[in-house]
Amino acid sequence: METETLNNNFKSEEYFINMGPQHPATHGVLRLLLTIDGEIIKKVEPDLGYIHRSIEKMCERDSYQQIVHLTDRMDYLSSHINNEAVCLTVENALQLEIPERVKVIRTIIGELTRIASHCLWWGVMGMDVGALSTFFYGFRDREMINDIFEETCGARLTMNYNVPGGLMWDIHPNFINRVKKFVAHFKTKIPEYDQLLTGNIIFQKRTKGVGVLSKEDAISFGVSGPVARGSGYSCDVRKYHPYSALDRVTFNEALQTEGDTFARYQVRIQELWESLSIIEQLIDNIPEGEHRVATNAVIKLPKGEFYQKVETARGELGVYIISTGTKNPYRLKFRSPGFSNLSALNHIAVGGKIGDLVATMATLDLVIPDIDR
Amino acid sequence: MFRLIIQYCFSITDIHASVIGLRSSGITRSIQDWLSGMMPEATAQIVGMVIIALIYLGIFSVAGLFLVLIERRVAAWFQLRIGPNRVGFQGLLQTMADALKLVSKELTGTERADKFLYNLAPYFVIISALMALGLIPFTKAFQAFDINIGIFFLIAISSIGVIGILLGGWASNNKFALIGAMRSGVQTISYELSVGLSLLTMILLTGSLQLSEIVEVQKNGWLIVQGHIPAIIAFMIFMIAGTAETNRAPFDMVEAESELGAGFHTEYSGMKFAYFFLAEFINMFIIAAIATTVFFGAWLSPFGITESIPILGVFWFLAKAMVLVFLMMWFRWTFPRLRVDQLLTLEWKYLLPINLANIVIMAFIVWQKLIIQI
Repeated sequence: METETLNNNFKSEEYFINMGPQHPATHGVLRLLLTIDGEIIKKVEPDLGYIHRSIEKMCERDSYQQIVHLTDRMDYLSSHINNEAVCLTVENALQLEIPERVKVIRTIIGELTRIASHCLWWGVMGMDVGALSTFFYGFRDREMINDIFEETCGARLTMNYNVPGGLMWDIHPNFINRVKKFVAHFKTKIPEYDQLLTGNIIFQKRTKGVGVLSKEDAISFGVSGPVARGSGYSCDVRKYHPYSALDRVTFNEALQTEGDTFARYQVRIQELWESLSIIEQLIDNIPEGEHRVATNAVIKLPKGEFYQKVETARGELGVYIISTGTKNPYRLKFRSPGFSNLSALNHIAVGGKIGDLVATMATLDLVIPDIDR
Repeated sequence: MFRLIIQYCFSITDIHASVIGLRSSGITRSIQDWLSGMMPEATAQIVGMVIIALIYLGIFSVAGLFLVLIERRVAAWFQLRIGPNRVGFQGLLQTMADALKLVSKELTGTERADKFLYNLAPYFVIISALMALGLIPFTKAFQAFDINIGIFFLIAISSIGVIGILLGGWASNNKFALIGAMRSGVQTISYELSVGLSLLTMILLTGSLQLSEIVEVQKNGWLIVQGHIPAIIAFMIFMIAGTAETNRAPFDMVEAESELGAGFHTEYSGMKFAYFFLAEFINMFIIAAIATTVFFGAWLSPFGITESIPILGVFWFLAKAMVLVFLMMWFRWTFPRLRVDQLLTLEWKYLLPINLANIVIMAFIVWQKLIIQI
C-alpha cells in the first residue's frame, strides 16, 4: 500500500515538446512533435509542409528547360546532381547522343558537389554534438569548391549548369588547375577532420550504438544513400546503374555494417575519399569536343513514361516523368532521398535521449526543402 | 532611530566577525581606517563595505566584458576567423557596445511566467559570483575579506548560483528552459562533490582553509609541486569539475544550443540575459582563480623573482588565471558535448572514486612527509 502511494506520488508523466519549426538542430523548418518522458524519447512525429512550394505541380506548367531550374531548390546542397537527374531523363527520352566531354564534366562537378555537401554536413554534425569549431573547418573547404563553381557556372549554390542536351557553357580555363589544387589541398584536410572530431572520445561515445538502423529496417523504410550504406545495405546508384561518366571510373562503395550514427558518419568520410579518387581519375582525361548538342527550342518528349535515378549526396533521387507528347510533362514525380530517410527517424530515435535524437538527425543529413519540395 | 539601526548593523557584523573570524584584510581595512577619520566607527564600517561592494561591482562588469571579448577572440582564433576587431583598438570596446545594446533592449518575458521568481533568478546568479569574487586574493592586500573558512565559503557560495538557474528555468514557463534547469540541478549537485573533494585533497597539504594561509604555505613551492602526483591528479579533476560547475562546454548541458535552443535562459532578454551571460564568464574566472590560488601560488611570483614589489602580485595572479581561463576556452572550442547520462557516469563512476583514492594517497604523502619543498 505504502509503495503504491509512493509510486503514485513519483509517477512520471510523458509530455509533448515542439522541436521546431525554428530549432537549431532541425536545420530548416522541420517540426518534430516529441513525446518525452524526462529526457527519454518515446515518440517522434515529424510534421512537414512548412516549406512546401509544390514544385512537382509547378513542373507540370513549365517547359523541360525550366524544370531544371526548379530542381535547384529541392536539395540545394546537391543542386548540380538534381539538375543532372532531370537532364538525363529528358535526354534519355529524346534519345540524344551526349558528347563525352559533357559526361565527364558533369561527373566531376557532381562529385565536387557531393564533397561540398559532405563538408557542410560534417561541420553541422560537429555543431550538433556540441563541437562548434568544426562548422568553420567544413566551410573553409566548401568555400574553395564554391569558388570553382562560381568561376565556371556563375553561381555558387543553385548552379543551373546543366541544360537538356549538355552544359550551359564550357568550363572556365582555370577549372582543371583549380580542381587539381583543391584535390591536393583536401587530401591533407580529411585527416584534420579525423583529428578534430572522429578520434575524439566524447564524439565516439556520443555516436557509437546510437540510433541503430538494421539492414532489414533500412530496406523496408526505403532508406538510401549514406544512411542505408551505414547499415550495410549496398545501394549506390553510381555503382549499380552508372550514369554519365561513372561507368569508366573505379571506386569503392563506402559500406559500414554497424548501422549506428558513427557508422553513417564513417560512410560519409569514406565517401569524401572516394569522390576525390573519382575526380582524380577524370580530371586529366576530359575529352575535347562540344559542350552541348543542339535541341529544339521547344522540347517535346515522346508519349510515355520515363524514369531516371541518380545518387545525390543524400541518396537516391528518382525523376519520373509521364509525357503525353506536349511541351510540358503530364505528371512529374521526384523520389527524394530525404523523405524516405526521415521516415526512419521515429524508429531509430525512440528510447534515446534528446542528445541522441540530435546526433541521429545530424547523420540522417536532412535537407528540409528536399523533403517538402 | 538611525543610530539604533547603525548600532544593530554594527553588532551583527561584530557577531559575524567573531563567529566566522571575519578579518577585514588589506583593502577593506585601509578604506575603513581612512573613513573612520571622518565619521563614527560604525558608519565608517558600513560606508566602507558599500564602497568595497561598488569597487567589486566595477571589477565584475569590466572583467566580465573583457573575458567575453577574450572568449570571442580565442574562439575566432580556433575557428579560422578574425573575431571582433572594429570597435575600439583591436575590438576592445566591442563587448562594451554589446552591453549597451543589451541595456537598451526591452525586457520581454513569457505571459504566464512566475513574475517574481523570473525576475529574481538572475540576481542569485550574479550575487553568488560577486561574493565569490570578494574572496579572491589578487595580492596580499587586494582581497575584500579573508575568512578562516575561505575555501569552504567559496564552495558554498558557488552552489547558490545553481538556484538562480533552477528558478530561471522553472519560472520561465517554457519546457526547453525547464529541461535545461533540471539538467543544471543534476549536474551541479554531482560535480560539487568533485570540486569539494579535489580542494579537500589540497587542504590536507596546507592544513588551513584560509586563503591567505594557503598562499603563505606556497612560499616553499607551489602546491602542485609540493603535492606532486596527487596534486596534479587533483588539479585535473578540479579543472574538469570546475568546467562542469560553470556549465561550459563540453558540459554545457544547461544551454546545449543544438538540443534546447538556449536552455534555461531561453525566455530572458536584455539586461537579465546579460546577467546570466556575464555571470557565466565571471564564474569561469573564479574557477581559474581558485585553481591559481590553491595550485599555483596565487600572487606569488615564480621562484620569488619579484618578491620585493608586492603590486606585481596582481600581474602574476592574473597571468596564471588567464592561462587557466585559456585552457577552459580551449576545452570549449574543441570538444563535443557530453550526453546527460554520460555526464553523470563520468562523475559518479570515474571522478568520484579516483578522487577518494587520491585523498588517501595525499594523506599518506603528508603523513610520510614526502612533500617536495624548494
